[in-house]
Amino acid sequence: MIAESGHYALVLALALALIQSIVPLIGARLRDDALMNVARSTALAQLLFVGASFIALVTLHVQSDFSVANVYENSHSMKPLLYKITGVWGNHEGSMLLWVSILALFGGLVAAFGNNLPLSLRAHVLAVQAWIASAFYLFILMTSNPFLRIVNPPIEGRDLNPVLQDIGLAVHPPMLYLGYVGFSISFSFAIAALMEGRIDAAWARWVRPWTLVAWIFLTLGIAMGSYWAYYELGWGGWWFWDPVENASLMPWLAGTALLHSALVMEKRNALKVWTILLSILTFSLSLLGTFLVRSGVITSVHAFATDPTRGVFILLILCLFIGGSLSLFAGRATSLKQGGLFAPISREGALVLNNLLLTVACAVVLFGTLYPLAMEVLADFKMSVGAPFYNLTFVPLFALLLLAVPFGPLLAWKRGDLLGVTQRLLAAGVAGLVAVAIAWGWASGGSTLAPLAIGLGIFVIAGAVTDIAERTGLVRVPFRTALHRARGLPRSAWGTAFAHAGLGVALIGIVCETTWNSEYIATMKQNDIAHVAGYDLKLDGLFSRQGPNFREMIAEFNVSRDGEKISVMTPSKRSFTTRGSSTTEAALLTRGASQLYVSLGDATAEGAIAVRIYHKPLVLLIWWGPVLMAFGGVLSLSDRRLRVGAPKPARARQRLQPAE
Amino acid sequence: MRRLMITIVALMLLAVPSVHAVQPDEIMGDPAKEARARDLSRELRCMVCQNQSIDDSDAPLARDLRLLVRERIAAGDSNSQVLDFLVARYGEFVLLKPRFEKQTMLLWLLAPVLLIAGGLALWLQIRRRANSGANLPAPPLTADEEARVAALMSDEAKSS
Repeated sequence: MIAESGHYALVLALALALIQSIVPLIGARLRDDALMNVARSTALAQLLFVGASFIALVTLHVQSDFSVANVYENSHSMKPLLYKITGVWGNHEGSMLLWVSILALFGGLVAAFGNNLPLSLRAHVLAVQAWIASAFYLFILMTSNPFLRIVNPPIEGRDLNPVLQDIGLAVHPPMLYLGYVGFSISFSFAIAALMEGRIDAAWARWVRPWTLVAWIFLTLGIAMGSYWAYYELGWGGWWFWDPVENASLMPWLAGTALLHSALVMEKRNALKVWTILLSILTFSLSLLGTFLVRSGVITSVHAFATDPTRGVFILLILCLFIGGSLSLFAGRATSLKQGGLFAPISREGALVLNNLLLTVACAVVLFGTLYPLAMEVLADFKMSVGAPFYNLTFVPLFALLLLAVPFGPLLAWKRGDLLGVTQRLLAAGVAGLVAVAIAWGWASGGSTLAPLAIGLGIFVIAGAVTDIAERTGLVRVPFRTALHRARGLPRSAWGTAFAHAGLGVALIGIVCETTWNSEYIATMKQNDIAHVAGYDLKLDGLFSRQGPNFREMIAEFNVSRDGEKISVMTPSKRSFTTRGSSTTEAALLTRGASQLYVSLGDATAEGAIAVRIYHKPLVLLIWWGPVLMAFGGVLSLSDRRLRVGAPKPARARQRLQPAE
Repeated sequence: MRRLMITIVALMLLAVPSVHAVQPDEIMGDPAKEARARDLSRELRCMVCQNQSIDDSDAPLARDLRLLVRERIAAGDSNSQVLDFLVARYGEFVLLKPRFEKQTMLLWLLAPVLLIAGGLALWLQIRRRANSGANLPAPPLTADEEARVAALMSDEAKSS
């Protein structure tokens, strides 16, 4: 009964979405407020029904109702409750249901909180949202229905893949989807603007908070996924440049560019056409990511060809939306009036450079992901594109970008003074050079690039500090005045500084981890001692334990440094009986921002065990960086300007405030 | 997302045997040669995995390839000879860094070409704008606008 209700709720949501796709547009054409307001009700009702459908699937999983195929294939009655819930989106059908649920959530939020939008703009935005929703409801109902029953229900389920039985699954996909799908809002706003043929600075103000929300979640989602891979895969890698990761990185790069260009549009009424195009591209890349992951095309072109129903369906959605929106853009973009002239050396100019570098970087990732597929299909040439390629192409682009980052916020709008900004960044530059020297001396030889990259990271962080110091006049005025000014700074200024500093922090972490990572790989017996980066790890013993739905073998290591005992680490290997597969549970010991990482290999007959121990210096900075960036995003989101919203006509008092 | 993908791969292979990336018994006696082997391993793809290098991969095939790389190094091959040997055997697919060839030219040249083209387009636009709109004097204010400016100015003077 629950399964059928869930299914039916989804069908009703589709019906609502179809109404929402058409009626508000007719309303906008006829200038009929009642018809336009239909969008608001249907968006909220859609959220209700999709929510009900999603809750139905969760309930089925929690109750271990194995008469439902999706539950049978991905759950087990002995599985812990958390994984019964997270298992809902640990599979194709469920994750698509999560996708549309989040889409409905964003639609509902626009409907609920979009009261300050002009009525016709809101009607258009929600109609476009409903087009996307209709397409994906249809996709689920026709090719990926999670509510299908099995005629003869089995007694026990097949369990969720053990690798996914982790807290990471609870956090990572929902966050990533909030990011992916969140960009649908800026897409809908862009399409609405093109359809209405009207766009102004206020438009950018409405779009920016939504883009920012999506960007924050995507940033955290990617970082979270990377940390999950790091501790779960058992060898400490955190980024693989594999197509699935690239699928999430591309919308991030485009979304980051969009955030910056929307800023120019909001403040200076320039870059309108480009901002619209970026809004379309960002969500298109999200759709492309969904296609790449969900169609199975990257696992193997042949697997895709043998069971193409799902893949072809998403490909159709993809072509329809990307093709349709780009043609609309091509037809209407020229009618948008350009405004806001600026000199090449100016804040706008810096943001244009940011956009150029980010989009080229995004194009590199896009090509690197799709090129091998195209080559295989078109030229029957099998090739791979992996980390070494991106190190030579993507990394230099980002290095250039980072070098420019500290200059951007210090340049004035319209016409900037590059020499003056360089002088103000002198201290930051010196800090960077000192860091290069220290890293060089400390590493004595080895990679020459690493100390330079560390210096760049420090320069970016120091640049962010300089920005705040300049705005508060930290060095020039008494400290208390500066403090007072700091409190008065707009939150978005703090947001910028934090987000930019986060970039530098992440860079330092990445460089340290990849360059000065030490490792120890050996077969160890009881009482053997491994020496890694000044730590001594003594294998105290091996024992086994029965978990809820697995058996695990645990190794106990006593960790000491200079004879002083620090901690006990217990890496383990789990075998899951139902699936007959196993996972490696690495043990992590955090010391400051560095980590010791121990994972187990196979045991030999004599009671010895293969062990891999890593010391990863400052590795945690890799993820603290994105957390800082997201924090910056949250600060910026809480800025009064965005909180209050755009549409209020400027009053005399506001006009007297400075432009920032 | 990558984990979801791993799931799908794992489902297809029906449980990857639990072998680990670089096993203790694979390591070569000579640290210099071992370091070379590791560097090479990072550039070689485990062909049954999803864009993982053989240095990272748990798959048995990756182990075979790692051993093969070490075998060639022990036999005195240079790095490029090892790569040539593997490409001859498994095709270009095995290289994570595609060679610069006819088929891959577009891929390699994309970043510099886009960067230069984008930069050029921006420069041209700036020049065009500078020649057209920017240098022209702004049209004079209408009487109405003059009045509004005056009103604003007196407003500001009062409030400050």
